[in-house]
Amino acid sequence: MTQLPGLLDTEAIRKDFPVLDRLVHDDKKLVYLDNAATSQKPRQVLDALSEYYERYNANVHRGVHVLAEEATALYEGARDKVATFINAPSRDEVIFTKNASESLNLVANMLGWADEPYRVDHETEIVITEMEHHSNIVPWQLLSQRTGAKLKWFGLTDDGRLDLSNINEVINEKTKIVSFVLVSNILGTFNPVEAIVRRAQEVGALVLIDASQAAPHMPLDVQALQADFVAFTGHKMCGPTGIGVLWGRQELLEDLPPFLGGGEMIETVSMHSSTYAPAPHKFEAGTPPIAQAVGLGAAIDYLSAIGMEKIAAHEHALTEYAVKRLQEVPDLKIIGPTTAEDRGAAISFTLGDIHPHDVGQVLDEQGIAVRVGHHCARPVCLRYGIPATTRASFYLYSTPGEIDALVEGLEHVRNFFG
Amino acid sequence: MKLDSMYQEVILDHYKHPHGRGLRDGDAEVHHVNPTCGDEITLRVKYEGSQITDVSYEGQGCSISQASASVLNELLVGKQLAEAQKIQETFLELMQSKGRIEPDDAMEEILEDAVAFAGVSKYPARVKCALLSWMAWKDATAQALGEADAERKTA
Repeated sequence: MTQLPGLLDTEAIRKDFPVLDRLVHDDKKLVYLDNAATSQKPRQVLDALSEYYERYNANVHRGVHVLAEEATALYEGARDKVATFINAPSRDEVIFTKNASESLNLVANMLGWADEPYRVDHETEIVITEMEHHSNIVPWQLLSQRTGAKLKWFGLTDDGRLDLSNINEVINEKTKIVSFVLVSNILGTFNPVEAIVRRAQEVGALVLIDASQAAPHMPLDVQALQADFVAFTGHKMCGPTGIGVLWGRQELLEDLPPFLGGGEMIETVSMHSSTYAPAPHKFEAGTPPIAQAVGLGAAIDYLSAIGMEKIAAHEHALTEYAVKRLQEVPDLKIIGPTTAEDRGAAISFTLGDIHPHDVGQVLDEQGIAVRVGHHCARPVCLRYGIPATTRASFYLYSTPGEIDALVEGLEHVRNFFG
Repeated sequence: MKLDSMYQEVILDHYKHPHGRGLRDGDAEVHHVNPTCGDEITLRVKYEGSQITDVSYEGQGCSISQASASVLNELLVGKQLAEAQKIQETFLELMQSKGRIEPDDAMEEILEDAVAFAGVSKYPARVKCALLSWMAWKDATAQALGEADAERKTA
């Protein structure tokens, strides 16, 4: 078996993930390389979910009975865990949403309805990048259409990085918000935060970072990032679906208006008007995803016990090995950075003129799960003149053996369509 | 191997050597996409009365979607609208069967090469690929012949 320096003890870790033992298509061992879409869940998270429902289930912030108190403590305890995980200065800066898309939409809507100095209107500009997931494009297109604000973006270089050569032009005095992805879900690129944040701060623009592909894979320190908002989702980091996070700086959360109205987000309500609860509750209308938050808390405990630095080192070693092995496959072209430097563990590629859908189908037959398509980042495919890509993405339980299986699988694909 | 039930030789043949590919003069043009995988097709139909004189197309996509467009061209060009609609409906029925229909002789007579897609119907994610050009053809036909007219004939 291939040994690489920096790898985790995957043999032990994989025992925590029941689904990784599954056989598919009768007798094929599952090789799960679709982690950028969603991660698998360890037993510890599954147990936390069922324990919550079996012992504590109640609505939060409402009742005075035992279960309501305990459920509230568990839900708020999960908020504490998230705050520690991302080094937030205050737990009140952690808003639970249903996913990263909702987190990003929430910021767009806060700014659309905000008063000065935050208000986005027809005299202002919004900046994103060409490598954003659709969830960080469409909310800004909507905001732009509704307010008349101009939507601008950074283009991409041929090797899959942001083209910041015109940064002073793109981010200027009119810019109200700069929203960009920390690690691209399609290219794998790790973006230069500091340069962008520095320029945004110069012109007084807010910064929102989509950390969906970063939070699961590396230490995330919102203070070090110096952003104003950071969004990510739970299900890509061993947590359940239905739970996301928006972190925001406290004074902004105090100033900005709520988006969704309903229970829990209020202070007093009359038939004429209402006042709002302080953040984070101001932004959590209705019964929140309670069990899911508890599950995310368990996922954070799980990841933290292993150590995010170690997980990052493991994935870096795998990525280095994977880019090397993949480039040995004839006709394979990596779309994105071709080295492991400043890149995450999601690798997109094309294989000659074999359509990714066909690549994915033949790999699936061998038990290898990859993602094919435009990965909700169609502008990237347009930029590189390709219809779609095949993407393999790794996580803490991935092994060099699985990369070998992928490479062998791709040989089989080439023979099949050759 | 199960894969062979999807990637029949006939399908791979059509994929590698597509019939009637390229855009030519037509009475109506449509552009259809499969948003989950990025398959795209631009398709034109040409009629003389109720006879299909050409179906021309250009697109990008997987072998299933491209082969399906090629089979469509081969099957429908020269046919009367009513007959073409019968073929389209039969193909739709087969593709929506989730692998439960084993094409019999009668079906094979109607669908000819298109029966090769029976295996694809077992793969829900790929059914849309196979149907892309057929839905585009139906749409283009409705536009070419007038919405209400075509709808009535289909119903």
